Amino acid sequence: MMIKSRRSFLKVAGIAAIGMGAAPVMNLAASEPHGSAQPKTEKNEETLHAERWGMVINTSKLNEEVVEAIKEACHKSHNVPDFTIEPDAEKYSGTRPVRDGQEIKWIWDEHFHYAFPDKEDEFLAEKFHDLPFLVTCNHCKNPPCVQACPTQATFKREDGIVLMDYHRCIGCRFCMAACPYGSRNFNFRDPRPFIEETDPDFPTRTKGVVEKCNLCAERLAKGEQPHCVEASEGAIVVGDLEDPESEIRTLLAEHYTIRRKQSLGTEPSVYYIV
Amino acid sequence: MLEIAIQGSKKYWLWIVLLLAVMGAGAIAYADQFLNGLQITGMSRDVSWGFYIANFTFLVGVAAGGVMVVIPYYLHDYERFHRITILGEFLAVACLVMCLLFIVVDLGQPIRMLNVLLYPTPHSMLFWDMIVLNGYLFLNIVVGWKVLEAERNQIEPVWWTKPLVYLSIPFAIGIHTVTAYLYCGLPGRGFWLTAILAPRFLASAFAAGPAFLIILCYIIRKFTKFDPGWEAMQTLSKIVCYAIIANLFFFACEVFVVYYSGIPGHLSHMQYLLFGLHGHNMMVPWMWSALILMGLGAIFLLIPKLRNNRALLPVTCAMIFFGAWIDKALGMIAGGFVPSPLHHVNEYAPTLQEGIIALGVYGAGLFVLTILYKLATTVKEEVRG
Ligand code: SF4
Ligand code: SF4
Repeated sequence: MMIKSRRSFLKVAGIAAIGMGAAPVMNLAASEPHGSAQPKTEKNEETLHAERWGMVINTSKLNEEVVEAIKEACHKSHNVPDFTIEPDAEKYSGTRPVRDGQEIKWIWDEHFHYAFPDKEDEFLAEKFHDLPFLVTCNHCKNPPCVQACPTQATFKREDGIVLMDYHRCIGCRFCMAACPYGSRNFNFRDPRPFIEETDPDFPTRTKGVVEKCNLCAERLAKGEQPHCVEASEGAIVVGDLEDPESEIRTLLAEHYTIRRKQSLGTEPSVYYIV
Repeated sequence: MLEIAIQGSKKYWLWIVLLLAVMGAGAIAYADQFLNGLQITGMSRDVSWGFYIANFTFLVGVAAGGVMVVIPYYLHDYERFHRITILGEFLAVACLVMCLLFIVVDLGQPIRMLNVLLYPTPHSMLFWDMIVLNGYLFLNIVVGWKVLEAERNQIEPVWWTKPLVYLSIPFAIGIHTVTAYLYCGLPGRGFWLTAILAPRFLASAFAAGPAFLIILCYIIRKFTKFDPGWEAMQTLSKIVCYAIIANLFFFACEVFVVYYSGIPGHLSHMQYLLFGLHGHNMMVPWMWSALILMGLGAIFLLIPKLRNNRALLPVTCAMIFFGAWIDKALGMIAGGFVPSPLHHVNEYAPTLQEGIIALGVYGAGLFVLTILYKLATTVKEEVRG
């Protein structure tokens, strides 16, 4: 109920930028003297829709270069801080050194036995050991993070994307304890000094809130493919899991795929072709 | 009644000033955390809860332990606890104050704290935890205060304190059960994912709470003219004894299941705590100390001669209290988060600043406890004298 009413509020307010699929047309400059002062909302015809968004990662098509490109494309455009850079000494004087382990990453590579700890196998094919497995938020069908969040700052949209409201999050980090995939990040500090070039199309975050991959909801709303898909040279496909005609379903039909920690019942929406 | 708190001996004021100083230091350290974020802690992406939540968990237990004097007195008319029920209730109040403070200092955005009320979310256990914690706090304040006031005026407490007392009993069980549910309902955290977590929490709570109460009784006897009664303390020590044995037994069950089934997702955490994992063994000496402290404590309490030894009893209680603290505070957090969901082993240790903030919270709790106990003991002295 709560989620519903908030959704419709967002719709009315026309915050299409975060992917509600409706672009506001606020023609203030041209407002006629007798015209209505109400902002108009209008459907963006380009918006990509799905009943349930999912992702297929073809690991054999990945190599180190592509992986780096993917990570960079995602992190740069989402203003994810890079703690390896030196912050601008003038603008951000007195920035403290960064502690180990407090980093932020939305998508990154892991060895097979870390990405799939329950599928560890001492006789696993050699090539598996060196392949980079990209991991990110799985946009679970039954997301424990959503269940745990006491403020609904983490919520699941009707199309399956698990999103964050950075302005509502209280930073209790219950969702981080709940996520079985280590997909969530906490802003232990103000991230802004560590963003080399701020992308104006996406909000920066403040200290004390949690963040993670949003499946590029802001791009899907504009009819564009996620950054990782574009940078992946065909290794990543994002599409509608519920649509039998979709490319992603074809891939699932043609290949043997695995998901992370399937036995937990969270129903990850990210599939791996190995 | 509060005027009692501002009349005291030199020692009393010295203690108050000391506590204020500790709280002040904590506040300064916290101000920095407030401005610069939780970067000042030793927490990380992998170990996203630390010393604050650890102490929170433990203190919920001590607060719940107060019910161990309430039940015998109110449900079984055990007269010997008459004098100390108020101590149990006020101990619960002080502990809950600390619990709430620990939650607040742990938040990344404490200013938005009320979002939990603005967007009530019944499917989140944190929502329920907030309700039971505040409810139990409220009940204990009201009941403790009203009963003490009545005692001072030498009249019967108002009738409605009784139902509130009865209500506080399920609330006491509730606060610790729900706190356990915060942990044990999470898929993918093998160490916490066990149905015995809530019972184990309760067992260790019913040991740690009364153990601390016994120590407090000793302190009260030393510094005031009020005598809580040796028999009452003896009964309490038997409660501690049974509870700590139950806790150890539950732990043994846990160890058996984990090692006999051998499921890696569950085993690796226990392995990390007890023997170290991939060369990381920071927790090993702590965990074994905890087991030894609790085990020895149980033995000391089991043997009547040792239990009745007035000089040994406070030491035994301190051992059990400290052992339970390591087990439930440090062990619960470290065991739960190490190894991480991806089976990386990143250990956690609090920073000095984190420790100072935690100390400040303990200072605040002891401050509340001191004031409340001062009221209680003075009223009791007045009435008897
Ligand atoms: S992967 Fe983690 S953060 Fe993403 S939806 Fe699942 S539980 Fe939530
Ligand atoms: S940290 Fe934020 S998103 Fe995560 S559970 Fe708490 S309020 Fe929700």
